[in-house]
Amino acid sequence: MNKYTISGSPHVHSSENTQKIMYRVLLALVPALLVAIYYFGWYALRLTLVSVAACMLTEWLIQKFLIKGPLTINDGSAALTGLLLAFNVPANLPIWMVIVGSIIAIGVGKMAFGGLGKNPFNPALVGRVFMLVSFPTAMTTWPQAQPIFEKGFFADAVTGPTPLGILKEAGVGSLAEAGDMQFLDMILGNRGGAFGEVCAIALLIGAIYLLCRKVIDIWTPLSILLTVFVFTGICYLVDPTQYIAPLYHLVYGGLILGAFFMATDMVTSPMTIRGKILFGFGIGVITVVIRLWGAYPEGVSFAILIMNALTPLINKAFKPQVFGVVKPSKK
Amino acid sequence: MNPIKTFSKGGVHPEENKLSANQPIQDFPMPKQIIVPLGQCLGAPAECIVKKGDRVLTGQLIGTAKGFVSANVHSPATGTVAKVDVVMDHTGYYKPAVFIDREDQDEWAEGIINTDELLTDIKLDSKQIIDKVKECGIVGMGGATFPTHVKLMVPEGKKAEYIIINAAECEPYLTCDFRLLLEKTQEFLIGVKILMKAVNVDKGIIGIEANKMEAIELLDKTINEHRDLYKGIEVQPLKTKYPQGGEKQLIKAVTGREVPSGKLPIETGCVVVNVASTYAIYEAVQKNKPLIERIVTVTGKSVKKPGNFRVRFGTPADLLIEAAGGLPEGITDVINGGPMMGKSVSVTNFPCIKGTSGILLMTIDEAQDRRVTNCIRCGRCAMACPMGLQPFLLHKIAKHNDFDETEKNHIMDCIECGSCEFTCPANIPLLDYIRYGKAKTGAIIRARNQK
Amino acid sequence: MSNTLLISLAVLGILGGVLAVILYFVAQKFKVEESPMIDEVEALLPGANCGGCGFAGCRALAEACVKQAAEKGNLDGLACPGSDMSKVGKILGLVTAAAEPKIAVVRCNGSCKNSPSKVHYEGADICAFANTLYAGEGGCSKGCLGLGDCVKACKFDAIHIDTETGLPVVDPDKCTSCGICAKTCPRGIIEIRPRGKKDRRVYVCCVNTDKGALVMKNCTVGCIGCQKCLKECPFEAIEMRGNLAYIDPAKCKACGKCVKVCPRGSIHAINFPAPKPEGPINDPKPLQGAEKAKPVPAVETTANPVEVKTEVQPENTVTA
Repeated sequence: MNKYTISGSPHVHSSENTQKIMYRVLLALVPALLVAIYYFGWYALRLTLVSVAACMLTEWLIQKFLIKGPLTINDGSAALTGLLLAFNVPANLPIWMVIVGSIIAIGVGKMAFGGLGKNPFNPALVGRVFMLVSFPTAMTTWPQAQPIFEKGFFADAVTGPTPLGILKEAGVGSLAEAGDMQFLDMILGNRGGAFGEVCAIALLIGAIYLLCRKVIDIWTPLSILLTVFVFTGICYLVDPTQYIAPLYHLVYGGLILGAFFMATDMVTSPMTIRGKILFGFGIGVITVVIRLWGAYPEGVSFAILIMNALTPLINKAFKPQVFGVVKPSKK
Repeated sequence: MNPIKTFSKGGVHPEENKLSANQPIQDFPMPKQIIVPLGQCLGAPAECIVKKGDRVLTGQLIGTAKGFVSANVHSPATGTVAKVDVVMDHTGYYKPAVFIDREDQDEWAEGIINTDELLTDIKLDSKQIIDKVKECGIVGMGGATFPTHVKLMVPEGKKAEYIIINAAECEPYLTCDFRLLLEKTQEFLIGVKILMKAVNVDKGIIGIEANKMEAIELLDKTINEHRDLYKGIEVQPLKTKYPQGGEKQLIKAVTGREVPSGKLPIETGCVVVNVASTYAIYEAVQKNKPLIERIVTVTGKSVKKPGNFRVRFGTPADLLIEAAGGLPEGITDVINGGPMMGKSVSVTNFPCIKGTSGILLMTIDEAQDRRVTNCIRCGRCAMACPMGLQPFLLHKIAKHNDFDETEKNHIMDCIECGSCEFTCPANIPLLDYIRYGKAKTGAIIRARNQK
Repeated sequence: MSNTLLISLAVLGILGGVLAVILYFVAQKFKVEESPMIDEVEALLPGANCGGCGFAGCRALAEACVKQAAEKGNLDGLACPGSDMSKVGKILGLVTAAAEPKIAVVRCNGSCKNSPSKVHYEGADICAFANTLYAGEGGCSKGCLGLGDCVKACKFDAIHIDTETGLPVVDPDKCTSCGICAKTCPRGIIEIRPRGKKDRRVYVCCVNTDKGALVMKNCTVGCIGCQKCLKECPFEAIEMRGNLAYIDPAKCKACGKCVKVCPRGSIHAINFPAPKPEGPINDPKPLQGAEKAKPVPAVETTANPVEVKTEVQPENTVTA
């Protein structure tokens, strides 16, 4: 006879678990990965594999030998960090740099705080910003997209500026002259940049999947995109010669990737809907400020990290309304 | 039919699994010996007034209520008291109980009308009704077993406006209330009338989840057919969402009013009574029949013959399991009640009592894997909480024994519905910790109030 | 260049000097007069702020001691269970008798072997919560739940769950008898008892007041209330509490007679020498507790069991 289980109610649970959530996000990133391989060939694939492997190995080593706790390597969170980290770097980055970034991302960004669920910052972004600060040249030398059917799988990378880079260096006019303003190319991914962020369409397909599966909810990304759109829209209306049309801001750089896949990271984002909207608004504003007036051409990573730091405060400020409790009026 | 309503905050939707919904209620034969626990309600157990060797009749009082929150206990059978001893209840604790060796024929105690005739005239007045409810030992039969007469006594200065009948049966698996509504429709509706008279209101609303269309239609039809008799009674369909049957959620859904934090439902002018209790009140008031039996759902995905049984109290649960096709292979969880709020069972031979709404047998697959992982701060628990609390936070501070903080974060408002734990992807036993915190915080508050 | 350096040095130097002067005066102004003896007394206390003395913390007790010593000239009613109050008295110029050293005693032996588990618990590791859910894995509704509320409560790291038996074990060297574990245990299994002469003590290792038949159902070593020990005891130290024998530590002379007659092995004798070969060799239950309470001596007692056993003198352990 088997023993009965004694447990507190409830005795049934939803079939959701952490592992499933992580794997769904990984799955949602597959279209973007395929596009990246199409445009950047061997470099993209190699970098992704190394980054994922390095992250998982780092986590395993730390859990096994430093923490000596349970091994949770197959919950998919380390793999996800690795994938997101790879998505945020140039495809032709030297391998060892990615490994260093992975170690920092997992070691400092995640395990130092106690592992999954305890890190205040998005680990992939910690790794990315660390690399950006440590290896500025390598991290800002972007290869151009060159479809593998034209140049072959192992084609050498041809570096060139990203749209946002051009904007920063030479202003709006030059971008238009260079003919890089093809909106279709932008959303298909046929441009320079970090290889995971180039194709807006592929990222949106993944995002829609996540939304349908209720892994993420729409509030944070919607709030980010709206804020960026409105903010840059105002700038555009004020001076169209100085600032580019708002629609381009949405598809340039890592905004889509950041908004749907990194700002929505459950661990580091607020829990209530109002909190999420404020969080997204903050990311949007900081991103635009960095893009338009900052030293770097792109600011999504910094914006998310800064708002990650504010998440505990937002959580404290925006608690859900308790049933049957009337807020004392301020009069 | 009225438009479907629901409560506003949180809620989850577990698999409904109403496997026994089409099984008519069967009378369950009593065993040779029945064991009647004296503590069958929330609050103090009743005091035994029979001794070994006494002959008791069916419906005879054997235990008197002790204290304000307590209920009488009656003999569910005719026979001789074998002993007054302790019996193991479903948790494995020993509780005082009366052991009765049954005779084959039921001999009903004096004054009890044991017929199936429908009595529509309500002869008693408000006070007499409440006294009768008290005398007959009627409690909330949804599981919490709070004595019903205490609920019906509207405190000074408060005014009841509605009687709300809790027919939501939002617990998955359970079908006992649904079957009762279908098979005893008229009796139930008279019960609602009695309740309306007892608390002196002219509006009775039956809140019922929309997954019980059959019952909604039948009730609507019956009310329309006897419009004069059932004046003021209304059927309110509710969205199928857990915990629709939570008292506060039900009031919110039906009337749109929120019970203030820390207050009783009467603050909103509502008195909420369960379906089975309403039927029991009909039996008590019209037929003078005390509460000695109830409908118990025996169910589970691997159970061969899930069913609804009319069971006299004191019948051991394992006989019911036998009747439902025996204990299936691989059962790991035996639950007294529904899967969301029921209690784990240590032994299956515990006697059925007033609060035993169902016996649920689950295998490990049904109960789901419970490997606990780290909280990933997804906030789903807070989204699911129908009371607008933050279960992840309460879990953390209760774990650290910080009971000032738990109180500040409204831990006492938790209705222990389990939505948070149900939805948690990390399988953290959130409700365990919250219950612990609630118990400790409650003790601190009580101690403070006594000073 | 050197100018800049000099100016910075000068500015910082002057700033530091001025602030130091201000700080000095502020410190003088807000100085709290306190007896230096409070610090001395506090140094003698364990410093764990366990609350076992009834004060908020060790410093609060120290203050109370100094105050009462000055006002009334005694330390009556003030006692830290974890330290030697006679030393405190010495500092304060008083002569105080050392309080009887005590220790926490776990009165349940329902290990996995003695009370095999019938159900399987899954949930929060809190005894106080599990207590509301069910009787216990072994079925005994009075026995230890083994989830370690006492372990978490102990400020001295003196109580641990033995992984083999699933029961808490008190480390006699670390236990200060502050009583927090006894207060925490939802089933009142832990009792603070005197350590006894030569650290020898006898107690009933069960708290189940149920009838014997019910106890026997779940546990092989629970007290069934047969009262054999009651009749055996020459000092009338044993009383019945329901169906449970209780040894009054004030009357018990640790003769160990009750241990021998207990048919269930519920009475434990701690730190007694192992029975000599010529002793009651045919006794079916020789001195249960002796071999289990202290695993270390049990191994080392080959040469002279009595000496090794008694090496842990109460005085040495308590003042540590």
